[in-house]
Amino acid sequence: MALQDKYKELIDTATAAPVVNLKVREQDGVLYIDGESTGAVKQQLWDIYGKLDPDYASGDLMLNINSVAGVSEGAKLKVTTNRSNLNIRSGPSTEDSIVGKAARHEIVSLVRKENDQWWFIKTDAGEEGYSFTQYLTPVE
Amino acid sequence: MKKTLQLSLVLIASVLMLGTTSCKKKLKDADIQTAIETVLKADADMAGTTVTVKDGVATLSGVCKDETCKSKCEEAVKKIEGVKSIVNNCTVAPPEVVVPPVSDALSQAIADAVKDFPGVKTELKDGVLTLTGEIQRASLQKMMMGLNALKSLGLKKIESAGLVKK
Repeated sequence: MALQDKYKELIDTATAAPVVNLKVREQDGVLYIDGESTGAVKQQLWDIYGKLDPDYASGDLMLNINSVAGVSEGAKLKVTTNRSNLNIRSGPSTEDSIVGKAARHEIVSLVRKENDQWWFIKTDAGEEGYSFTQYLTPVE
Repeated sequence: MKKTLQLSLVLIASVLMLGTTSCKKKLKDADIQTAIETVLKADADMAGTTVTVKDGVATLSGVCKDETCKSKCEEAVKKIEGVKSIVNNCTVAPPEVVVPPVSDALSQAIADAVKDFPGVKTELKDGVLTLTGEIQRASLQKMMMGLNALKSLGLKKIESAGLVKK
């Protein structure tokens, strides 16, 4: 229970947020928190995580908040890369070739979801292919 | 007169031939060695090799990048005048460390998630991911968000202590 005490603020915030399908489970010295929520709640939870465990260095929590589960096909997505353009690829992995680019902060459309990491998107210019969901933020 | 001319031509030719033959015999080992070295140095692939010549036998040593290079050296040396035979003692450099191809969805997803953080190295064993190297504190959260989402692919734990340099 020690881990649930350490991350009490995080669990309480997730419970109140709300986070859908919230699951909190401890196993082999690691606390697993899973659920679905909005991007804003995910960000809030991650900031709390970073406060309770500076630099996420303890390796005792897996915080898996899916902020993209509720996004449906046709939804508008903003390209939220750090600096560069977003690669659009021929398949759902970085092994696949780059077939196009979307500019930072460009708005693209979700065509369909391959998995939580890769979505098939389409730009307004008509370029389409797979992009990494880490750099796509639903326009709320 | 004609006969004399023919005779002298034959004579001249014989002398020339003799001359060449004796010249060949007189090629010094040191000269052959210089000629070989010039050829070897001219090619970047072969520049790592050295040669010694004794009684027309060229002994090659040094490091070649691969077997092709090793035989290329030998071919090049064979063509050089005065070389009677070749002892090829070149060793082949061990192949460059090749990153093993990622074998499954989790490994691939981890590679994708850290792709934009080039200072970070990953090692996955029994579902535990160990991160080494370094990362800017500002980038850490983004990377960790991406990695934590891989629990669905079987990732159990992330060890990342010391990743952010103080």
